[in-house]
Amino acid sequence: MHAARAHWLALWLLLAAAGLLLLGAAIGSTGVERLWQMQADPTAWQIVWDIRVPRTLGAWLAGALLGLAGAVAQGLFRNPLADPYLLGSASGASLAVALALTAFGVSPGATHWVVRLGMTGAAFTGAVLAVLLTLTLARGVQQTLRLLLAGVIVGVVLGALKDLITIASADVLQAITAFMLGSTGLVGWSAGAVMAATLAVCLLAAWMLAPVLDSLALGEATAASLGLPLPAMRAALVAVLALATGAAVAQTGLIAFVGLAAPHLVRSILKTTHARLVPLSALMGGLLLMAADLLARWLIAPQELPVGVLTAVLGGSYLLWLMHRRGRGRVA
Amino acid sequence: MNAPSTPALAAHGLRARLGGVPVLHGIDLALAPGGWTSIVGPNGAGKSTLLRVLAGLLPHDGQVLLQGRRLAQWPARARARTLAWLAQGGVADAAADDLSSYDVAMLGRLPHQRWLAAPSAADRAAVEEALRRTQAWDWRARPLGQLSGGERQRVLLARALAVQAEVLLMDEPLANLDPPHQADCLAMARELAAAGHTVVTVLHELHAALSADRVLVMAAGRVVHHGASGDAATHRALEDVFEGRVRVHAVDGQWVALPH
Repeated sequence: MHAARAHWLALWLLLAAAGLLLLGAAIGSTGVERLWQMQADPTAWQIVWDIRVPRTLGAWLAGALLGLAGAVAQGLFRNPLADPYLLGSASGASLAVALALTAFGVSPGATHWVVRLGMTGAAFTGAVLAVLLTLTLARGVQQTLRLLLAGVIVGVVLGALKDLITIASADVLQAITAFMLGSTGLVGWSAGAVMAATLAVCLLAAWMLAPVLDSLALGEATAASLGLPLPAMRAALVAVLALATGAAVAQTGLIAFVGLAAPHLVRSILKTTHARLVPLSALMGGLLLMAADLLARWLIAPQELPVGVLTAVLGGSYLLWLMHRRGRGRVA
Repeated sequence: MNAPSTPALAAHGLRARLGGVPVLHGIDLALAPGGWTSIVGPNGAGKSTLLRVLAGLLPHDGQVLLQGRRLAQWPARARARTLAWLAQGGVADAAADDLSSYDVAMLGRLPHQRWLAAPSAADRAAVEEALRRTQAWDWRARPLGQLSGGERQRVLLARALAVQAEVLLMDEPLANLDPPHQADCLAMARELAAAGHTVVTVLHELHAALSADRVLVMAAGRVVHHGASGDAATHRALEDVFEGRVRVHAVDGQWVALPH
């Protein structure tokens, strides 16, 4: 009964994503174009194949990573407000990017791909280091509250350091603001491949650890009484969280709200175990970010909106509506 | 299995602290297999802490022996199959709201399942039996978030029963249950004990505690008395531990404690 509904939802989310991918290939700076006509023109086709398709797919992959990370974070911390950036990865990534921008410079002289690669690597390293710092401060993964507090502290302190660096230079400030708003514009095939591989690994690991998330929902003591090796499994879940978030942040910057909203959207449609919630949240996150990416390109074409702004506005208003609806439904 | 002389659960010199404050001061006990023991005592006597220590869920000094073997020497999964623990007031936790009653009860089968293996016929049968036993089978598909406090408690009870452990520790199993379901729960504890399980319950309702085979009276982190529920000495110990503010009477063939 659950299984059938979950399969239908998964199928629907995949079909919607496939449809949006086609649309994404067709949307350009001049509006929606006819793909079959573009096929005849090699230059036009190159734009479709080397720019539009990879960025649309990349948006889906980054969204899927964030949706997965959000579902894992909410299960692990037993908190519906938990999001993927909870352990400080966002501020770690932005601090590292700020440092890299200051070091490499944002001058036009710097070769494009070197800067890109440097930024991606810096963001990923920064995100992972920040999570490690949080774990060190929390003295491991065992105490949820301590972990949450350490994550908040790391976020605030690293964020302040980032501000200190960026305030010194207007150029760096502008570049870091773009990073903080998030963008899917620069995702190419290689970045997509990295995210796809990370997504596959994280999905498999999270699915294998799903029973742990289910039993943690009954309380840590109950989970321990069921004979689960909690310390090892929690460490593995934190690793999944850090890896998925780090990969997404490195390629697309700080996309707001997708990680928080995707699991809630799935839950509003279907109540189920984490073995289904986690993959469905990934599919939902992918669809959300893909749709946001299309809108970002299309709304004020030929200009582009930062996609993070759109996800924040859309995700935020949808969650608000959901809360409102739920609040009315539950009078007690 | 074990010789009848080996206690199902025994403790020697148990000491435990909560947040640095000593809560248990040297507890010794031995529970024979196939009996129902109730732990009673005033608030703060250390009843729940004792239950958690016995379940191996809190760090402690001293020894806990499960079927004659030190708790730490048990492989985690084998221990979880042999000893099940029901948390106190698991009702308040909202994190499990999205899980269906059936999924929750099925979690009790984790110690029996190979990792990631689909539930076997035995797992499904155990879950169905447990949910029927607590009369929760009819709403097995409903998520926990849509249930009342008492209904949730019956699902959580079924989760503990689904383990089918030889030793079953339950912390205030009657919480939120209406009187008929309280009676059912007590009858179930008696049936389990009669079937050879070792049942330990922490209970605040003294009439319920006195329907167990044996009563363990605690005060200030120590065992004050451990005896049969029908013994006059047990009744005196109960009256003393509540500072003479209750008195045990026989009514309709049951023991009841009335305010005094």
